[in-house]
Amino acid sequence: MGGGAGPVRTTTVPERLAANRFVLDEEESHIEIDQELARSTGTAERIIAVCPAGVYSMQDGRVVADYAACLECGTCLAVAAPGALTWHYPRGGFGVSFREG
Amino acid sequence: MSAEEPDFDVIVVGAGPAGAVTAYLLARQGHSVVLIERGEAPGAKNLSGGVLYGRVLDEVFPGFADTAPVERRITRHVTTFLTADSSVSIDYAGKPLAEPVNAVTVLRAKFDPWLAERAEEAGVFLMPGVRVDELLTEPGPDGVRQVVGVKAGDDELRARVVVAADGVNSYLARSIGLRPKPPEHHLAVGVKAVVHLPRQVIEDRFAVSGDEGAAHAIVGDCTLGIGGGGFLYTNAESLSLGVVLRLDDLIKKGRTAIEVFEHYTSHPVLAPYLRDGEILEYGSHLVAEGGLEMVGEVVSGGFVVVGEAAGLTINSGLTVRGMDLAIGSAVAAAKGVGEALAAGDTTATGLAAYRRHLDESFVMADLRTYGRAPAFLERDRMYGAYGELAAGIFHDVFSLDGTPRKHLAAVARGALKRSRVSVRDLISDGWAGVRAL
Repeated sequence: MGGGAGPVRTTTVPERLAANRFVLDEEESHIEIDQELARSTGTAERIIAVCPAGVYSMQDGRVVADYAACLECGTCLAVAAPGALTWHYPRGGFGVSFREG
Repeated sequence: MSAEEPDFDVIVVGAGPAGAVTAYLLARQGHSVVLIERGEAPGAKNLSGGVLYGRVLDEVFPGFADTAPVERRITRHVTTFLTADSSVSIDYAGKPLAEPVNAVTVLRAKFDPWLAERAEEAGVFLMPGVRVDELLTEPGPDGVRQVVGVKAGDDELRARVVVAADGVNSYLARSIGLRPKPPEHHLAVGVKAVVHLPRQVIEDRFAVSGDEGAAHAIVGDCTLGIGGGGFLYTNAESLSLGVVLRLDDLIKKGRTAIEVFEHYTSHPVLAPYLRDGEILEYGSHLVAEGGLEMVGEVVSGGFVVVGEAAGLTINSGLTVRGMDLAIGSAVAAAKGVGEALAAGDTTATGLAAYRRHLDESFVMADLRTYGRAPAFLERDRMYGAYGELAAGIFHDVFSLDGTPRKHLAAVARGALKRSRVSVRDLISDGWAGVRAL
């Protein structure tokens, strides 16, 4: 992909992400959520608010993580309550691969 | 030191500017160095706003701006206060900023491989596509647990010194309790897009020519009043633009990072710069903005921390710096680690030489100078009321609406009275600002 996702003014997150190169790790997710803690500590709303890639969303009362779209900034981990979110970098060579940076 | 013979003198984790320059300088001293990078190539995981203040790198690689893949030399700095429908700017254009090299724009996926290549030329063994999972520790000669290597998957590598250049999230420094998790008011999220535009269009819109470029820093409505700001930088054939949002304020004001970014990129004041631009890439980066307060321990037995992993960033309001401090810390680390290796003492005592060199360098000097800046920049009025006040004054100056004219001082007093800023605020912020910035 690449070569332009459309004029910057009008793009959506999926369109912007579509310009990026990602090497998807199909075997393991680098994000795990403790549903109970994420709810009780307010972590769910916080990680949804801060993630620029829209990785997190509520689906049927659960927080789900679309780990394939992760830009690996670690902002979610910075605002998560202890234990609510397990987030580490993807395995070597996997994940987002910037061509601009 | 451990019973086992180390594989290398030094393991450097992370091939950004801090890691690559540390590795390069230590290899030049004759040490065996491995540079481990989790991205498929150096730069693949690295993202910054895009302005590198280059003087320190020029000392390491004289004339780098002529040979390295830098985008443009910044000769125009524009600082803008933005409201929903107005903007007030200070526009400094200075040819003397072009030579000797001051600030350049870089795109890290292109620039960092150049740095890593210089390290390889000096004899550094580059190992890309490898994620370091944990540090190996053993009791050292002083009885204190000491870092003796790293573990990546099932593989172990041993060294006399491990250098953590693994970025703002530095898992390695945290894993041995060297750095606590920073508070949210000292953290911000940077959201960025790189947008393609033809070279000539960029030069026309930003009033620059040749390899010269512009850097715009914007505060106010671009972040919907959230602490932080917007940036807009020219590359050779693209723009780097985005917002930096303080996490505590973003959450407090009930906004999302995505909505603020989209508000910024569709702002009428920005639109003329971005028209017809095509998105090439979308990225984000966590930014440590605590300045001096974020710099804690940078040395432990067999282990040193450099660059953003050590909390070395400065936001002075007008300039935002990370890469030059990273390179400055790399220079200090290479000196300190080199001395420790030469003396055969890589315990925390031996490696304390790094801390001394860091303390004596411009890095800590500048962090001390701007020690009050983070607290000053937490004042909410910076991101709303002052932009409105400035826009109000200039509106009244230029709007000849048939009412009798007043002198500038009276116009300013009138605008101040109508604004959300009190005289007391103005004096307090003015005094604090002069001392902090």
